[in-house]
Amino acid sequence: MCSLCGVLGGRGHWTESASTPEAFASRHDATTRRRERQQRTQIANRVLKHYGLSLSDWSGASYILANRTGRTAIVNNLSEVWIAAEDLTRSECDPLDETLIADLGAR
Amino acid sequence: MTYDSLIPINVITGFLGSGKTTVLARLLRAPDLSDTAVLINEFGEVGLDHQLIEHATESTLLLENGCLCCAIRGDLKSSLRDLFSRRERGEIPRFRRIVIETSGLADPVPIAYTIMAEPVLQHHFRLGNIVTVVDAVNGAAQLERYPESLKQAAIADRIVLSKTDLCEPAMESELRATLAGINRTAPVIDPARDGHDPARLLAQDIYSPEGKHAAIDAWLTGSDDKLSAGHDHDASHTSGVSSFCLWFDAPLDWTAFGIWMSMLLNRHGDRVLRIKGMLNVAGLADPVLINGVQHVVHPPAHLNGWPDADHRSRIVFITRDVSQARIEASLAAFNALANPAAATVERDALAPGALA
Repeated sequence: MCSLCGVLGGRGHWTESASTPEAFASRHDATTRRRERQQRTQIANRVLKHYGLSLSDWSGASYILANRTGRTAIVNNLSEVWIAAEDLTRSECDPLDETLIADLGAR
Repeated sequence: MTYDSLIPINVITGFLGSGKTTVLARLLRAPDLSDTAVLINEFGEVGLDHQLIEHATESTLLLENGCLCCAIRGDLKSSLRDLFSRRERGEIPRFRRIVIETSGLADPVPIAYTIMAEPVLQHHFRLGNIVTVVDAVNGAAQLERYPESLKQAAIADRIVLSKTDLCEPAMESELRATLAGINRTAPVIDPARDGHDPARLLAQDIYSPEGKHAAIDAWLTGSDDKLSAGHDHDASHTSGVSSFCLWFDAPLDWTAFGIWMSMLLNRHGDRVLRIKGMLNVAGLADPVLINGVQHVVHPPAHLNGWPDADHRSRIVFITRDVSQARIEASLAAFNALANPAAATVERDALAPGALA
């Protein structure tokens, strides 16, 4: 919380369009945030599958990232997803990796 | 409170002896900046006569999981909180802008991160233009020899060339070509010819209602393909730092883009020095502007209408040792996850084996 003005929490993550309605106003409606979270989870899972991970929405507030052995991490936004993904896999999750790009292209 | 109503903080940086304080002193003479507070990291030889000057000593707190750029500068946090608190109590004038002058060897990114990510500061301040002063006489050698100098130039929104009266025209044009190779989005300003225009240097940014369109013009110049055709913009033979622009014909899916860019910055944020883009986002009539400095990403900004008839997405990257071809192929692959028919990159499709 900001102790000077009493506002709770920080700004939302930059990837969430609901955090900056001025930039995304024309498509903003009551269901956008939920739809966007669903879409984010779906697309992220296509990438995370390459690393044996899966992401699920947790009550519309956080996400749960899990590996195949059941280890999980609770994350709040996409930046935290990739930090946790590298922690769970103990390897680098690199979007510029040739095998990942080829794998995504094959789907 | 909307992002554009926050108090802008400009960072003036530049290598040792480049003339930062002289630039700052001249800027502060402008009536427009009479309500500007100044924070300086070190006291130089040039005296500043200004009513609102604070001095910060350097101390950095490294966050868990954080890289060096994602470090909260404890000194800066305290100074900025204190300045704001005194402003609210009426102990000092209600400044409308802050200018931070860094030390000559400083990395400005932790300063940017502190402003954008510190829980209290982010409610009151936003990052404005980063202005880098480059010495026209010694700048070329400093850029080649000192990574600090190179980074200061690479992440700049504006570059000020100092001491141009002391250098040969040929030397200056060579330095300008080098700077364009490192950072094609930052206009290079010569105060001896252009003057010290506070609006152009400090106030024109994409979040400022009055300066937005001038800032966009600078971005468009940086994304112009003619830049690449004109001369060699790849300075990587000496520094590994290069800037390039990618164009995308089809609209980009915002969700897929966010997944891609957050993943890219997580793994390569130390080498992706800047990203500036004007995106045609699927479902939106107007462009969305993105602006990142290493791991620090500004909130996306809205532009009221396209500035020209070309509605393709354009993204300028300033990177160190990161392959343009891979960035291009990777973003196209991620965008195709949202809409398999959408991803067409202007260049020929790259076979995975062909990626450099």
